[in-house]
Amino acid sequence: MSAFENIYTQVQVWPEKPELGVAGVPVEREKGALFNYLAGVVGNAQIGPIYLGTLGVLSALCGFIAIEIIGLNMWASVHWSPIEFVRQLPWLALEPPKPECGLCVLAPLNEGGWWQMAGFFLTMSILLWWWRMYRRAKVLGLGTHVAWAFASAIWLFLVLGFIRPLLMGHWSEAVPFGIFPHLDWTAAFSIRYGNLFYNPFHMLSIAFLYGSAVLFAMHGATILAVGRYGGEREVEQMIDRGTAAERAALFWRWTMGFNATMESIHRWAWWFAVLVPFTGGIGILLTGTVVDNWYLWGIQHGIAPAYPHLWPPVIDPAATGAVQ
Amino acid sequence: MAMLNFEKRYRVRGGTLTGGDLFDFWFGPFYVGFFGVTTLIFTLLGVAMIVYGAAIGPTWNVWQINIAPPDLKYGLALAPLKEGGLWQIITVCAIGAFVSWALRQAEIARKLGMAYHVPIAFSFAIFAYISLVVIRPVLMGAWGFGFPYGIISHLDWVSNTGYQYLHFHYNPAHMIAITFFFTNALALSMHGGLILSASNPPKGDRLRETEYEDTFFRDAIGYSVGTLGIHRLGMFLAVSAAFWSAVCILLSGPFWTHGWPEWWNWWLNLPIWR
Repeated sequence: MSAFENIYTQVQVWPEKPELGVAGVPVEREKGALFNYLAGVVGNAQIGPIYLGTLGVLSALCGFIAIEIIGLNMWASVHWSPIEFVRQLPWLALEPPKPECGLCVLAPLNEGGWWQMAGFFLTMSILLWWWRMYRRAKVLGLGTHVAWAFASAIWLFLVLGFIRPLLMGHWSEAVPFGIFPHLDWTAAFSIRYGNLFYNPFHMLSIAFLYGSAVLFAMHGATILAVGRYGGEREVEQMIDRGTAAERAALFWRWTMGFNATMESIHRWAWWFAVLVPFTGGIGILLTGTVVDNWYLWGIQHGIAPAYPHLWPPVIDPAATGAVQ
Repeated sequence: MAMLNFEKRYRVRGGTLTGGDLFDFWFGPFYVGFFGVTTLIFTLLGVAMIVYGAAIGPTWNVWQINIAPPDLKYGLALAPLKEGGLWQIITVCAIGAFVSWALRQAEIARKLGMAYHVPIAFSFAIFAYISLVVIRPVLMGAWGFGFPYGIISHLDWVSNTGYQYLHFHYNPAHMIAITFFFTNALALSMHGGLILSASNPPKGDRLRETEYEDTFFRDAIGYSVGTLGIHRLGMFLAVSAAFWSAVCILLSGPFWTHGWPEWWNWWLNLPIWR
């Protein structure tokens, strides 16, 4: 049997000149491409050229301002000590305004005002980047599927930092900037609202997250396994089916009685990935606005199991409707 | 007959891993094979045990059905059927079925002249499952440390086990696993989106070739990993997510018994800060 196992690229062929992009597109691409051996071991050896453009430059600028505000605030919080900044970096935070601020337009700078500004510039950066992805697809005559998938992630971002705080009436409900602090926020949020594991949209989001890993393992592995027949030329195989597509389809048909096609597997992929932040955003939006305690919600709807041999049954006064 | 129009010439005998011609045939669209039969036996027995466990339990509510592992007092011994013995049998059946399924995938890959990437990827998921219900319980000395079989009860277990280490998000391997899961979803959306955007251009336009896919991602983020590379990257991200998930739970208990936030003190106490 063939020894071609398709784990990494063993023989790299580099063209004399890098590809500067497709012709017939009204964009001047400057040189600025290079070849990298390590990149070529996994995928394309060519790195660049990147397109800047007005949207890209503005997005990068807004992102830079946001990162600067966050970083300088963190640095100030350790009294401008460079050593302590690096030492405590994972613990440092830029917190949103206090509850007293409510939905105030600009809190005092040291009491959440910087957080608001960082959030504004980060949001601008992300929205400009979305527009850029949309424009790049249009200019190249492609569909805009990547941009709309990105929009799903932006939805979750906006729910966490903008829409839900708006509905709750306090910017203080939003997530702080910081490595460990945003993890603390997540844990505190889950406990405050009675364990997010009982939130059905959280369940869906996790199911799609794990499902995405299953799908990419299945799809990536299948295409690599038919690499010796040229299976990675997916778009070509949609309209001109080769033995790679046939074998890939039969593999799953024989394994589980069902197979996707070269096109439909990418629809499965797109939907699974897009539904992760989409359902997650719905789950966050309902928390505290519509449902105050997901565990009690679970009891009310008969999904929470009892463990009588561990804990004797207790009737929660809140579950009787007295509080809710 | 459930056969695709090109399927007949691929349905040839031989290439099995074991058993020669035994069970070397198809049933509807399914390939059977020796490992198909073992998968079926383990699955039927396991599902029967689950149904039996539900029948002797307090509820038929699918959300609340719970088949718990043995009490800690049984250690690593066999437990009576109704006190965790069912959980032990189901675990054996599940592992048997999963491993049979992987071997069946390997057999089908052989028959189709494919490489073994799919069963290898699946083996990472099996490893994660075995870590939870065999390796960690054995390291900790009791089957009772395995997770219970039930839709909500396994979530309760994850929640309780997490809080036993105060705050599981601080577990560094958990951080790595989650990062791989999120990156995997990101890469999957970008790959699926790109292929759909190239194969579904605006109305009236022709299908876009690979050059357009490369140009799109080079324009956007300065690098296009390429048609082959994205599948290597995707498989790597997905199996890494499963692998580090297994590592993060194997560390918790056998190798670290304190709260995970405390683990990070080594960083604060590094001699370079003095």
